[in-house]
Amino acid sequence: MLQGWGDEILRGLGMTLLVGGCAMVLAIVMGLLGAWAKLSRSAVARGAATLYTTVVRGVPELLLILIVYYGTPTAIQSLASSFGHDIRVDFNPFVAGVSTIGVIYGAFATEVFRGAFLALDKGQAEAARAVGMSRTLAFRRVVLPQVWRFALPGLGNLWLVLIKATALISVIQLTELLRWSDIAARNTREPFTFFFVAACLYLLITLVSQLALQRAEAWANRGIRRG
Amino acid sequence: MDLDFQALAEGLPRRPVDLAVIVESLPQMLDGLLLTLELTLLSLAIGFAASIGLALLRIQRNPLLWMPVYGFVFFFRGTPLLVQIFLVYYGSGQFRFELMDLGLWTWFRDAYFCAVFTLTLNTAAYTTEILRGAIRAVPYGEVEAARACGMSGALLYRRIILPKAFRFALPAYSNEVVFLFQATSLVSIITLMDLTGVARTLVSQTFDVYEIYITAGLLYLAVTYAILGLFRRVEDRWSGHLRDPRETPPKRRGPLAGIATPML
Repeated sequence: MLQGWGDEILRGLGMTLLVGGCAMVLAIVMGLLGAWAKLSRSAVARGAATLYTTVVRGVPELLLILIVYYGTPTAIQSLASSFGHDIRVDFNPFVAGVSTIGVIYGAFATEVFRGAFLALDKGQAEAARAVGMSRTLAFRRVVLPQVWRFALPGLGNLWLVLIKATALISVIQLTELLRWSDIAARNTREPFTFFFVAACLYLLITLVSQLALQRAEAWANRGIRRG
Repeated sequence: MDLDFQALAEGLPRRPVDLAVIVESLPQMLDGLLLTLELTLLSLAIGFAASIGLALLRIQRNPLLWMPVYGFVFFFRGTPLLVQIFLVYYGSGQFRFELMDLGLWTWFRDAYFCAVFTLTLNTAAYTTEILRGAIRAVPYGEVEAARACGMSGALLYRRIILPKAFRFALPAYSNEVVFLFQATSLVSIITLMDLTGVARTLVSQTFDVYEIYITAGLLYLAVTYAILGLFRRVEDRWSGHLRDPRETPPKRRGPLAGIATPML
């Protein structure tokens, strides 16, 4: 199929989903940390979180990917040379891609979680404390499961944008869906065919994700009365 | 403004951050920023004009009218912009002879045209969806009141529905403008010398990765927040009649109050 490029394209699709999945996990962790910092009483934590979201959302993703991918080895090398060591560092494009995309979307996840934490009635955490739960247990058993429900629509939206952003990692030579389509397009001289196939696969990811999200939201809202 | 950047750069420290390199590269970077702004404004202007028509088609009951618009919006919002750019810039090569026969090949061979073409279609798709939601949000009582005054058809849209819809659409549209502005950085991949393109070229010549990229990043950051500030002023002005007259000037919000999650 596709002049023998079908399996490479599929492998690229798998890589796209893997990069997207790992970046999403990182984004959720960064988002929870960011929301916690933004809602904390410490002015330093709030300032750091605001700086993080302001910078990340004001600079194009492509530029951030280039800074991380080309900048990190340079930084490590110049740091090492200032201590008198001469080393060469190469950055793995997978790690560079996942960390950059994860950190960028972590800034958006911060706002999603912040809204979700604010949407949760304070009485919930207070009641959990009143029945004798420790702060961590109350957070784990009472706050987080409910915050999750409020955050789900925002996180779903974030995932749909994030998975499209992974296409940018093809610029740093990670062989994901777009990179394989590009290689196939150059070899077969049928660029339109292969980029169109890639576009359709991204659409497929979007469609399947939307269906999965509907089910996840229904599941998260089970036991909640409507109306 | 005729500044001698070379002279300015002299005597600046080169360690740990090479300030001289930043100052020397500024003229080229500003040229790049100019192209970035040009691409943004051109695509936004054409895309916005197109999206008004598309949104009006999208809200029709006749499936022959709304279905094609729905498909267009679905495709452009569901695929990465980079794929769309490749599809137009490289993909058109597959139909080279057909395009030559139509006399369109000189256009599609040009990276600048392909960039504007793709960015325009992309922003038109997102803006259509924003406007559709905004038109839906216009209170029906106002439409009925306008009908009762004898307005109908184009006059009703021009005087009542669209002005109201634009006001509703403004917060979401300001996000779209910021995202398109940042998305123009992708045109550097198809050889255009926008701000990112200039930065990449300078880095490959000087190897001053940090100095160059961070300067470019700061320029993007400055324009992004300038755009948001501009939209906030427009928003304040357009909603002036809704504010309590005693409460002036409008309540200040944090620097990020306007920017929301990117929309699919």
